[in-house]
Amino acid sequence: MSSTPALEIDGLVKRYRNTTAVAGLSLRAERARVTAILGPNGAGKTTTIETCEGYRKPDDGTVRVLGLDPVRDARALRPKVGVMLQSGGVPSTVRAGEYLRVMASFYAHPLDSAALLDLLGLTSSAGTPYKQLSGGQQQRLALAAAVIGRPELVFLDEPTAGLDPQARHATWQLIEGLRAAGTAVILATHYMEEAERLADQVAIVDHGRLVASGSPGELTGSDGQLRFRAEPGLDTDALIAALPPGAAAKESPAGHYRIEVADRVDPQLIASVTAWCAEHGVLARDLQIESRTLEDLFLEVTGRELRS
Amino acid sequence: MTDLSQEWPSPAPGAAPLPRMIGAQAALELRTLVRNGEQLLLTLIIPVLLLLAFGHEDLVSIGSGSRIDFIVPGILALAVMSTAFTSQAIGTGFERRYGVLKRLGASPLSRPGLITAKTVTVLTVELMQAAIVLAVGAILGWRPAASPDAALWVVVLLLAGTAAFSGLALLMAGTLRAEATLAAANLLYLIMLGLGGVLFPLTKFPAGMQPVLRLLPAGALSEGLRSVLAHGGGLPVADLLALCVWAGVAIALAARTFRWE
Repeated sequence: MSSTPALEIDGLVKRYRNTTAVAGLSLRAERARVTAILGPNGAGKTTTIETCEGYRKPDDGTVRVLGLDPVRDARALRPKVGVMLQSGGVPSTVRAGEYLRVMASFYAHPLDSAALLDLLGLTSSAGTPYKQLSGGQQQRLALAAAVIGRPELVFLDEPTAGLDPQARHATWQLIEGLRAAGTAVILATHYMEEAERLADQVAIVDHGRLVASGSPGELTGSDGQLRFRAEPGLDTDALIAALPPGAAAKESPAGHYRIEVADRVDPQLIASVTAWCAEHGVLARDLQIESRTLEDLFLEVTGRELRS
Repeated sequence: MTDLSQEWPSPAPGAAPLPRMIGAQAALELRTLVRNGEQLLLTLIIPVLLLLAFGHEDLVSIGSGSRIDFIVPGILALAVMSTAFTSQAIGTGFERRYGVLKRLGASPLSRPGLITAKTVTVLTVELMQAAIVLAVGAILGWRPAASPDAALWVVVLLLAGTAAFSGLALLMAGTLRAEATLAAANLLYLIMLGLGGVLFPLTKFPAGMQPVLRLLPAGALSEGLRSVLAHGGGLPVADLLALCVWAGVAIALAARTFRWE
C-alpha cells in the first residue's frame, strides 16, 4: 500500500467555461517528501490542488491520491488527507481551541489539540473567536486543522502567505516535522525561499502546464553566475568579447553586473573579468560567485511580465 | 501534554465513528447558536415576547374562544419557522460564503452526516423553544382542548413543518448570496408572521385568500397545530399533506441546486 506514490497526476485537464485552468498537467509526489508547486497567479495551482482534494472533477486525465480516486473514493480518502484552503473555512464565531477540538473529534487517532495550539503559538488565543484572530493566527489555526487527524498526505495552499517571520518559521518547522514522520506534503507557494528551503521536489506550473520540475538542486543546476558592482554604463558587449565563449553579461539595474555561464564559474572566468576591468580602469566591487536561485529559474521559465 | 516540537508522531489516519462526529458538530452548532445574540432574539425572545403581548393584552380580536388558546399554537409554529427556516438559512448561507461547508467537505464528516448534525441542532433548539413556549403559555392560563392523541399529532406536525422549512432554508442558502439569504429570510419571517396564521386568524383575510394561505407551509403548520390543540381535532390530514408536499419539493430542489461553495 505504502509503495503507491502520495500523488499521481496524469494529463489533468480542467476547464471553466471559456478558460482552460489546467491544460494537461502531469505530476508525481512521493510519500515522506515535500513537493512544492510554484507558479504565477492564475497558473492553475489552486485548481490542481482542489481537483486532488476532490472538490472538482477532471475534464480529462487522471488523478490518484494515495492510489485512490479523489471523487469516487472520497469517503475512504477524507480521513487520510489533510487540507488547508487558501483562506477561510472556519466559522467566524467559533473559538480557536473549540474549533480544533471539534476537528480532532472527527478522527480516530488525532493529535493532542492543546499541544498543537502550543506548537503554533495559539495557546493564548484558544478562547478567541476566529473572526477576532489576526490573519496570521487564522492561517495557523487552519494549518493545525489540516494536520490534527495525522493524515498521510497534506495539501497546504499558500500556508505562510502574510505570516510574520516567527510564524513562518514555526510553520516550516511543522512541515519539516511532518516530513520526518513520513507524511507527504504538497505545498503551493509564491515564496521561492520557502520552496528552496523545504521542498524535496519542485514543480513549476504556468498556464496550466508543468514547465519545470526536479529537486531544487537539479533545477538551479550547476549553472553559475558572477555578480559585481561598478560604475554604470560599462560596455558589456566588449566585456563579453573578452570572456570565454558562452558567457553572457548584463547590467541590471544600473551599476549591477551579472555574468552568466552555462557551466560552473571557474577561476579562468574570474581572471578574464578582472583582467578586463583592470585594462579599462574599472574597480569591481562586491564580486560574488552565486549559483542560480530558484527565483532566477522561475522568472526565466515563466517570464517577467506581470500576471493579472 | 506531548511536545510536538521534539518529535512529530507518524501518520495514523482514520475517521471517528459517525455518531461521535455528528454529536461533536451538532454540539458546536448549538453552542454557536446560544452565543449568538441575534439568533437568540429570533428564536426565543421574539416568540416569547409575542406570546406575552398577544396572549395577555387585548391587542387582536380573534373572535370566539380564549386568546391564549389561540396564540400558543401560532407561537409554536413561529418557533419552528424561526429555527428551521430563518436561523438555518442565514447560518448556512454564511457558512457557505466563508468556506466552512467547503472545508467540512474535506473532513471525515460526510455531507449526510453534516445534514444530520444540522437536523439534530434544529430539533434540539425547537425542543427548548417548545418547552419555554408551553411553560409561558401555561403560566398565562393556557389549557389545551386536546384529544388524547394530541401530543402525537403535534409532534408529527412539528416534524413535517421542520422538514418543509429546513428544505426551503437550504434551497435559499444553497443558491443565493449570503446577504440575499439574510434579507430574504428575515423578510419571509415577517410575512409569515402576518399571513401565516401565527398572530391573526386566517378567517380575517378575504375569503378568496384563505385556502391559498392555508396551503402555504406557515398557514398549514399554525392552523394544523391549532386544530389539534385548540379545537380538540384529530390529525389534520390536509395540513399534514400540504407540509409533506412542501417538504418533498423543497428538499428535492435543494438537493439538486445546493452549491457547497
